[in-house]
Amino acid sequence: MTTKKFMYVNRRAPYGTIYAWEALEVVLIGAAFEQDVSMAFVDDGVFQLLKGQDTSGIDMKNFSPTYSALGDYEVTKIYVEKESLEERGLTLDDLQHLVWEDEDEDWAEKDSIRLVSRAELAEVFAGQDVMFNF
Amino acid sequence: MPIEVDGKVLETDEEGYLANINDWVPGVADVMSKEDDLELTDEHWDIINFLREYYEEYQIAPAVRVLTKAVGKKLGKDKGNSKYLYGLFPYGPGKQACRYAGLPKPTGCV
Repeated sequence: MTTKKFMYVNRRAPYGTIYAWEALEVVLIGAAFEQDVSMAFVDDGVFQLLKGQDTSGIDMKNFSPTYSALGDYEVTKIYVEKESLEERGLTLDDLQHLVWEDEDEDWAEKDSIRLVSRAELAEVFAGQDVMFNF
Repeated sequence: MPIEVDGKVLETDEEGYLANINDWVPGVADVMSKEDDLELTDEHWDIINFLREYYEEYQIAPAVRVLTKAVGKKLGKDKGNSKYLYGLFPYGPGKQACRYAGLPKPTGCV
């Protein structure tokens, strides 16, 4: 089986709808098929990666810790759109620090999040084989 | 089918996983393993406790591939392989150990 480039695009805030959690589950399940997986967070989707989420007031499971498991599932390319952050008054420091561990380099921790401009992200999208929008 | 642990009746789903993760007590693993005719050793408990810690941190039950790698890192390479893990949990380390640990069926388990 040839490896394809899969891109999962997240555009919605978490919890208001089921899209964010469903997308995360699809990514984790899809990771079993050993494809070249990337994720992108644009528009309100950047809110999914915010630090310090607390869902105790809305009676929903806080699934934000699960993003830290993506590295274990070999999902190591997480694109965040710069303009989307700026439009919402956010910076990279407001987001969780997501890393993956490189087994070949004695489990060295490497950053998963790549901050890219809208134009750069368009190029990344153009290079994909399969796109999923959530 | 509900199971009885320490005098309490606990709900499970159709595949035998605990309906409510907060119901878990170590006795759950004892009762479930007895039904499978499996005697739990310290080695089994290492994996069950590892899974509970993993869930606590990431809020998911890891796929078996991820579990294998993570066990190798935490408990040593001699334990981080499917031969060792299937030796302990013949019905599949992901499914069986997660069930004993009170977790849902692993995410990414097909």
